[in-house]
Amino acid sequence: MPAIELEGVRKRFGPITAVDGLDLEVPEGICLGLLGPNGAGKSTTMRLLTGQAIADEGRIRVLGHELPAEAKAARAEMGVTPQLDNLDVDVTVEDNLAVFARLYRAPDVRAAVDRGLSLARLTERRHDAVDKLSGGMRRRLLLARGLIHSPRLALLDEPTVGLDPQIRTQLWSLIDGLRSEGVTILMSTHYIEEAERLADEVAVMAAGKIIARGRPSELIATHAGRETAEVYGPPDRLADVRRAAESQGLAVRPAGPAVAIVGAERARDGAVPPEAVRRAASLEDVFVLLTGEEAE
Amino acid sequence: MSGSAVGVRRLEPAAITGVMSREVANFRTFWKATAFSSVLEPVVYLLAFGLGLGATVVDKVNGLDYVEFVGTGMVATAVIFSSALPAMFGTFVKEHFQGTYDAILAAPVDVEELVTAEMLWIGIRAGTFGCFPLLVTMLFGLDPAPGMLLVPLFAFVTALGFAAFGIAVAASVAKIDQFNYVTTLVITPLFLVAGTFFPIDQLPEGFQIAAQLNPLHQLVELVRHACFGFEAADALRFAGLFAFSLATWRIAVRRMSTRLVD
Repeated sequence: MPAIELEGVRKRFGPITAVDGLDLEVPEGICLGLLGPNGAGKSTTMRLLTGQAIADEGRIRVLGHELPAEAKAARAEMGVTPQLDNLDVDVTVEDNLAVFARLYRAPDVRAAVDRGLSLARLTERRHDAVDKLSGGMRRRLLLARGLIHSPRLALLDEPTVGLDPQIRTQLWSLIDGLRSEGVTILMSTHYIEEAERLADEVAVMAAGKIIARGRPSELIATHAGRETAEVYGPPDRLADVRRAAESQGLAVRPAGPAVAIVGAERARDGAVPPEAVRRAASLEDVFVLLTGEEAE
Repeated sequence: MSGSAVGVRRLEPAAITGVMSREVANFRTFWKATAFSSVLEPVVYLLAFGLGLGATVVDKVNGLDYVEFVGTGMVATAVIFSSALPAMFGTFVKEHFQGTYDAILAAPVDVEELVTAEMLWIGIRAGTFGCFPLLVTMLFGLDPAPGMLLVPLFAFVTALGFAAFGIAVAASVAKIDQFNYVTTLVITPLFLVAGTFFPIDQLPEGFQIAAQLNPLHQLVELVRHACFGFEAADALRFAGLFAFSLATWRIAVRRMSTRLVD
């Protein structure tokens, strides 16, 4: 039985369709990265999965529970890490965890809190108010709060958004630990590297739909080929390079101050200039080609 | 954890106490300030109105010393100001600025349980702080009476209603500034026409009828009768306050469901 099943799910907010006929199945035990630009519908999808948003159309099943009717029972078996920090800042670290241990009906609140503290590596800071913690500590606490009841499914909504690279790496270790414990993870992100590092599979979402899905290596092979060539130069030169590559049917995308010729291994004479920097094709190439958005 | 630990029935005690435990954890960080103002405010009012006005302008009202008249009436003032206002501002802040409800509703708690827990906590707080004016009035000469033991219950039930009212208001406004309309047009008139500072029968007839529909006036009457002797109509008064709380509870649940679930 899949951990998550969405069939033809549609969610509108007035004239805006945030989720547009979404079909998504997440098998148990994998980490699925939901990759998409801002406004793609990732957060709305997360809220649909917790029953905090009700679909206008379609069917949602989470851990065998039909939503929205059985949303509460489903939430008991899942843990959620929100995009925004909503910890109680005046309250101690351990009290923040204890409240959620109770909300999740932990049979032994103290043991659950100790486990959460250990997971967040905040045992020494248990009596400190949250507003005394660093940004990274608060993020770890937020993650531990959603995992305090050892859920079967973890929904991580942009878990490292706005964090510096060092703290992001710390959180990746935590998330990787969950994956190795067999917890099913659905992680929305717009960081390519995060999806590449953590996700067994990646689903690219745009305009409320999944537009591509597979293992990162499969997505790269299917959509970007083996090699990408980046060419730097003045705008006129880059326009010429783009024209030449596109005339051979190659995909070209902007890459900051350069243009990137995707599938450069298929280029014939002259399409890839000699000064181009060649590198292995990446998930970023796939993301930009499919969504038309610059990656982060 | 097994999902079987969470039932599908409504109003699960574990969910309600879980939400209340969050309120308790937060309250522990600011209880001293709240307790300070809850004690000092009635003292100030009693000095100003009870002793000041009582000594110079008004001697007795309906056979009671003015300080006793005001002191017993101030239970209602304490109840509305420690229930409706915290519910309005607290709910709005938790929803819009702190994201607290998003966090709670991602756990196995539904909106009805959330609203009920918030009401109960505010009711307990306001029911407790509502008794402070009575205790302070005793220091000014009010004699203890057995009926006073029921005052916390009266204050609690009324506070539940005003807490639910505050939650419903918070779930209905777009901006926090809009609370000004509610405080000016609803809360202040209810507070002034409750019979706290002057007897309702001094008002024009239309206002007297309107005052009968004011839950705060009914609370004032119940508290005074608890101190100086109950009358038969008090059972009806209490039933009315209970109905008020029940009605506002359902409205608050409905308004919050609309607001919190997309």
